[in-house]
Amino acid sequence: MKDYIIKGENIVKQYGKHIALNNINISIPKGSIYGLLGPNGAGKTTLMRILNQIIMPDSGKIIFDKKPLQKKHVAEIGYLPEERGLYKKMKVGEQALYLAQLKGMHYTQAKKTLLTWFEKFNILGWWDKKIENLSKGMAQKIQFIVTIIHKPKLLIFDEPFSGFDPINASVIKNEIINLKNNGTTIIFSTHRMESVEEICDYICLVNNAKTILEGSLTDIKNKYENNTYEVVINNGLLTDTQYYKILEKNRNKYNIQLSDNIDQKAFFELITKETEILSFNKKTATVEDIFLKSVRNE
Amino acid sequence: MNKIWLIIKREYLVRVRKKSFIIMTFLAPLLMAGIMIVPLYLANENQEERVIAVSNQNKILNNLEDTESIKFSKIPESELLTLKQNPNQCIYYAIIIEDEKDIFTIFSKQQISVNVKSIIQNQLQRILEHNQLKELGINVDLLEEKSNSLMLETKIIAQNGKDIQSNPEISMGIGFMCGILIYIFIFMYGTMVMRGVIEEKTNRIIEVIISSVKPFQLMLGKIIGVALVGITQFTLWVILTITISAFFELNMLDENINNETLINTNSMIISEIYQLTSGIDLIQIINLFIFYFLSGYLLYSSLFAAVGSAVDSEADTQQFILPVTIPLILSFILMDPVMDNPSGSLAFWMSIIPFTSPVIMMVRLPFGIDNWEIILSMSILIISFLSTTFLAAKVYRVGILMYGKKATYKEIFKWLKY
Repeated sequence: MKDYIIKGENIVKQYGKHIALNNINISIPKGSIYGLLGPNGAGKTTLMRILNQIIMPDSGKIIFDKKPLQKKHVAEIGYLPEERGLYKKMKVGEQALYLAQLKGMHYTQAKKTLLTWFEKFNILGWWDKKIENLSKGMAQKIQFIVTIIHKPKLLIFDEPFSGFDPINASVIKNEIINLKNNGTTIIFSTHRMESVEEICDYICLVNNAKTILEGSLTDIKNKYENNTYEVVINNGLLTDTQYYKILEKNRNKYNIQLSDNIDQKAFFELITKETEILSFNKKTATVEDIFLKSVRNE
Repeated sequence: MNKIWLIIKREYLVRVRKKSFIIMTFLAPLLMAGIMIVPLYLANENQEERVIAVSNQNKILNNLEDTESIKFSKIPESELLTLKQNPNQCIYYAIIIEDEKDIFTIFSKQQISVNVKSIIQNQLQRILEHNQLKELGINVDLLEEKSNSLMLETKIIAQNGKDIQSNPEISMGIGFMCGILIYIFIFMYGTMVMRGVIEEKTNRIIEVIISSVKPFQLMLGKIIGVALVGITQFTLWVILTITISAFFELNMLDENINNETLINTNSMIISEIYQLTSGIDLIQIINLFIFYFLSGYLLYSSLFAAVGSAVDSEADTQQFILPVTIPLILSFILMDPVMDNPSGSLAFWMSIIPFTSPVIMMVRLPFGIDNWEIILSMSILIISFLSTTFLAAKVYRVGILMYGKKATYKEIFKWLKY
C-alpha cells in the first residue's frame, strides 16, 4: 500500500446555499508533486484552505500523515496562497523572522536558516530594506522563502509562478523539484498546463465542487489515449473506412482515429499502399486536452 | 499563547516605531502645556496701555476709574470736541461723549476691542446705579459693605455623619475630562485597529498569517497590541505634560518670586486641590477610568476589527462605521445633559447601556454614585465586550478571506452562521 501524506474523505463545505465542496475524496501520495486543477470557482482554493485549517469543513475526515489533521500540524505545512503579499512597511529580515516564528520556529534557528536561504538566492543585501522598496518579483522571492523556511512535510502552492519572470520562474521550479527530491510532498495548483505536464506526478481535477479525475499523470494520459494519428500525405485522398475515421482534414494533413480492429502497424501499411506518407505521428493526450474534455463532459 | 505574544509584540513595535506615533507623542504634550502656559505668560506680560479721553465736567464720565489696561484722561469738554472734529490730531485710543442724558458714544479712529467696550459699559452701568441709589437717599457705601458678606458652601452628607466638602464645578470638570478622554481614546485606537485589519487585507498577507495562527488569535493580538500602544502613549502624555508645564512654570515664576514663596504657593495649591476634591474618591475614579477605558476599547475595537475585515479599502468603511460610531457620538453629545442631572433616569440608563456607559459613567462618577449601579454597569459591560468580541470574530474570520467584493449587511449576517 502506498504511503499518503493526506487522505481526505467525504469533505463537504457549504457557504449558505452555495456548495463549495461536495463529498470530495483525495489521496495525496507522499513525496509526490500533486497538481490540483480545475476551472475558476471549482473549489480548489476552498480545498487548499481546508488543508491549511484556515477554514473548517462542515463534515468529512482528513488524515495528515496517518493522524487526524490537527492545529499543531500547521508547523508541518507551508502555504503560498494565490492572494499573497507581505507587510509593505516592514523590513524584509524582520518580517521573514516574524513569519517563521509564527510557524513555530525558534528565533535563532529561524535566523540561521533564513540567512542560508538569503545567501543562496544572493539577496542578503535586502535584509534591511522595506518590502515597499522591492519590485514585485523580489517580494515574491521573499514570499517563497518564508513559505518553505520551516521545512514542512507538505507544501501547498497556489499559482506559484505568477509574478515571476521566466528566469526566476525556472529558479523557483528547480527549487520545487529539489524540495520534492528531498522528500517534501507538494500540492500545486495552476492554470498553466505546460508546467503541470512538466513537474506533476499526480493530478486531481476538480469541477463543480467535485473531483472528476484523480490519479497518476501517466495512468490518466493512457486512459485518455484515443488512438489518434496525425498523418501528412503527398497526394491523393483518404476517406473513412471500417478501420479508421477521419476526424479532421486540412489540405493534405489528416487527423485519423483508429478503430479497435486495427493496430498501428497494420494502419501504417494500409495507408502506404494508397499513397506516400510525408509524416506520421501518434497524437498523445495533453493535460490541456484532458482538462477541457473532462470539464465539457460534466 | 506563544503565537499571540508574537503578534502582540509585532503590532506594538510596528506602531510605536512609526514616525507619526513619535511626533504625536511629543507634540501633544507641548500643545497641552502650551494651553496651560500661554495664559499664564500673557497674564505676566504688561499689556499695552490704552488712554481714553473723557470730559472732566461730566458727572458720570468723570467717575470712570482706571483699570489695568485702560487709563482715562479727564480733559475739558471743549478740547474733547475739537478732537472729535480733527481726528488726525487725536492722540487718544478713543473718546467718550455724552450725547444726551445717559446716552453715550465712544468715538475712535479704529474699531475698539470688545473687551474695552464691555469694561466701559460695566463701569458706566455701575456709576449710573450708584447715582440713582444716591438720589433715592440710600447710603451706597454701607450697602456695598453689607452685600459682600455672602458665602455659599456645598456639602454632601456622608453616612458616618461627617459632612464632606463638595464642589459641583470640580466634579463637573473631572467628569467632563474623563468622559472626553475615553471618547477620544476609543475613537483613536479603535480606528487604529480597523486600519490594521484593512492593511493586512490590502497587502494580501492575511492568508499567509492565518495559515499559521487562528484568525481569532490574530484579531486578539492586534487588539491587545494596539491597547498597549494606547497605554504607552497616554502614560507618556501625562508624564511629558506635567514635566513640560512644571519646567516652564518654574522658569517663568522665579524671575519674580524667590524659591521660598514658590514652595509656599505650591503647597498652598496642593492643599487647596486636596480640599476641593475631598468629596471625590480620586482613587476610585482612576481605577474605574482604567476599567472603562479598557472595556470600552475592547467593546468597540472588536467591532472596528469586524468592519475592517468586511471591506477592501478604507474608503468603503463609511456605511459600516456609522452604526458603530453612532452610540459613541451620542454619548459624547449626552455628556452635557447628564452633567446637569447626574442622577436622573437618562444618566442612569446611559451608564448601564454598554455602548454609552464608558463615557457616561465617567461623567457621572465624580458626583457620587451608588455602588450597585457601578457594579451593574461594569458587569453588563464585561458581558457585552465578551459577546461583541465573539460575534466580531465570526464576521472577521470570514471577512478577511473575501477579496474584491463589497459586503452588504445581509452578507455579514450570513457570515455569522458560517
